[in-house]
Amino acid sequence: MNESRLLARKVAARIVFYALVSVLSMFFALPMLWLLTAPFDSSPTYAVSVPSWTLDNFAEIGRNPYAVSSLVASVVLAVATMLIVVAGAALSSYALSRVRIPGRDALLYVLLLLSSVVTGTAAMVPIFLLVTQLGQVDERVGIDSWAAVVLVMSGGLLPAAIFMLKDFVDSIPRSYEESARVFGASPLRTLKDIVAPLISPGLATIAVWTIVNVWGNFLVPFILLRDPEKQPAAVLVRTLYTEGGQPNLALLSTFSLLYSVPVVLMYLYVSRRYGFRFHGGIKS
Amino acid sequence: MAGIALQALTKVFPGGVRAVDRLDLEIADGEFFALLGPSGCGKTTLLRTIAGLEEPTSGEVTIGERRVTRMPPGKRDVAMVFQDYALFPHMNVVDNIAYPLRIKGMSRSDRERRADDVGDHLGLEGLMERRPAALSGGQQQRVALARAVACRPQVFLFDEPLSNLDARLRLEARTFLKRLQRELGVTTVFVTHDQSEALALADRIAVMEAGRIRQLGTPREVFGRPANTFVANFIGSTPMNLLPATVRDGRVEVAGQRVAAPADALARLADGDEVVYGVRPEYMSLTRSAVDGALSGTVSIVENLGSSALVSVECNGHIVGATVPEGSEPDPGTTVWLAATDGRVLLYHANGELA
Repeated sequence: MNESRLLARKVAARIVFYALVSVLSMFFALPMLWLLTAPFDSSPTYAVSVPSWTLDNFAEIGRNPYAVSSLVASVVLAVATMLIVVAGAALSSYALSRVRIPGRDALLYVLLLLSSVVTGTAAMVPIFLLVTQLGQVDERVGIDSWAAVVLVMSGGLLPAAIFMLKDFVDSIPRSYEESARVFGASPLRTLKDIVAPLISPGLATIAVWTIVNVWGNFLVPFILLRDPEKQPAAVLVRTLYTEGGQPNLALLSTFSLLYSVPVVLMYLYVSRRYGFRFHGGIKS
Repeated sequence: MAGIALQALTKVFPGGVRAVDRLDLEIADGEFFALLGPSGCGKTTLLRTIAGLEEPTSGEVTIGERRVTRMPPGKRDVAMVFQDYALFPHMNVVDNIAYPLRIKGMSRSDRERRADDVGDHLGLEGLMERRPAALSGGQQQRVALARAVACRPQVFLFDEPLSNLDARLRLEARTFLKRLQRELGVTTVFVTHDQSEALALADRIAVMEAGRIRQLGTPREVFGRPANTFVANFIGSTPMNLLPATVRDGRVEVAGQRVAAPADALARLADGDEVVYGVRPEYMSLTRSAVDGALSGTVSIVENLGSSALVSVECNGHIVGATVPEGSEPDPGTTVWLAATDGRVLLYHANGELA
């Protein structure tokens, strides 16, 4: 008697648990479903429905003069920032991990704290003024240049990247480097041959994280780039409205889908190649 | 090939720890030299200073004819094997062995050929494509040795090369290491805290304590005539008997008995001097009948050492150890007599130095 009651209670608990999980996953799955169906619908609404299949939306996006160039701009900005952040973080986290400077940890924390300010809203006016003035010295790093966006984004992301990567470098036994040093390797050579391969999961993590950050950042390119031909996809989305000022759901969803595909592909590739690990740790 | 000379070498770490203290040492060309001491005695720091991984606070390091004190490690023409072997986990055995040659700019085919030669010589055939993680401890150790051998340095520096191996493998690796060093004839300095390893391998041993050398000599000298009670305590697989004694009429009084002592040492001592009477358990003979001039006492503990046993005898409040061959162990509680072998008794001043 008692046993069957226990069993009933167990089953009921399971049912409630699964129901809850289903509702939760529906909540997250609906927008994804919308993103997958709306672009193929001739007249999408906010609701998720079986689309009346068409590829017209894609054709129309293709006719938008800035759609393709904005995706190219996004790729250029993301990749350039990624290269700077990965190279800079590898060099500086190696140095910070191995060289004893007084106040090193405090420096790292302060940098980390301030970095969120650089790409944040609060610093936008000073950054805009700084870039404007830089542009008067050399217009290649002024307003309307990709270089300016890349530099600002790198500056904002580097501290956190250094912070993350330092953990990976810290986990490499010092004897590896000392061994290389006794054989005559320079510090740069050691970084290239020994340290970088051992922290490659960390480098991959930072590369992906940087690309995703730049890819999704609206504010910095919006403020620093005026020329619509140079604006990345995140900024272009803002222009996909009808003449009446209503969001053009067909174009928005289509462009959003195109906008997400590269990031998803990159995730799949990197996760397959390196595997994501957020903690270093080398078993020798 | 080259010898090593250290002059007044001192290393003080930030914080004031004096790891190496005004140390002078000459290591001959081709010598197998051991730095032996308890942990924290400065032996590893000394080795790292020779390698160039630590910069001395003062003093000079000379390798061969070259003063290398301010030279970076890579220019000193030394090869080091680390305690954890420091094999690069992302490279296979060939690349690990060939890495020093790659830094020197040797072409891929040349360095792989040399790595293969050295690997074959050290019994690594068939393992050359493996990563270090797929090797046993003994194999990893041989890869680390091969990497050192492949760069054909003037000096080998080994930092506790055998301490990560299990006891059985350690004996094999020890023999292997000694044969390799004999074959190559390269000056070798190795650090160990294991006295039996140092005795077995080295041509000469420096016993260190607190950054200074307490005794420098061949294994036979260091084992047979420890220069002070520190070395006497440290060397030997069974602890040396060190008993307080007093000089009386050309003999010494130990644990209430007057026993014989070496005449040359007594000549340097005065009647009534407080001394330490030292003799190894191996040189104590144990008898069940009274012997003149022997210590008598009752057996308290018998420890089996395999082919022999260590018998602890309580003599007048002091514990004296003696080894006996297997099969002739006395029962605890029996009264026995202990006589030291002639010429094996050492007398130390009260300050610990050999009389």
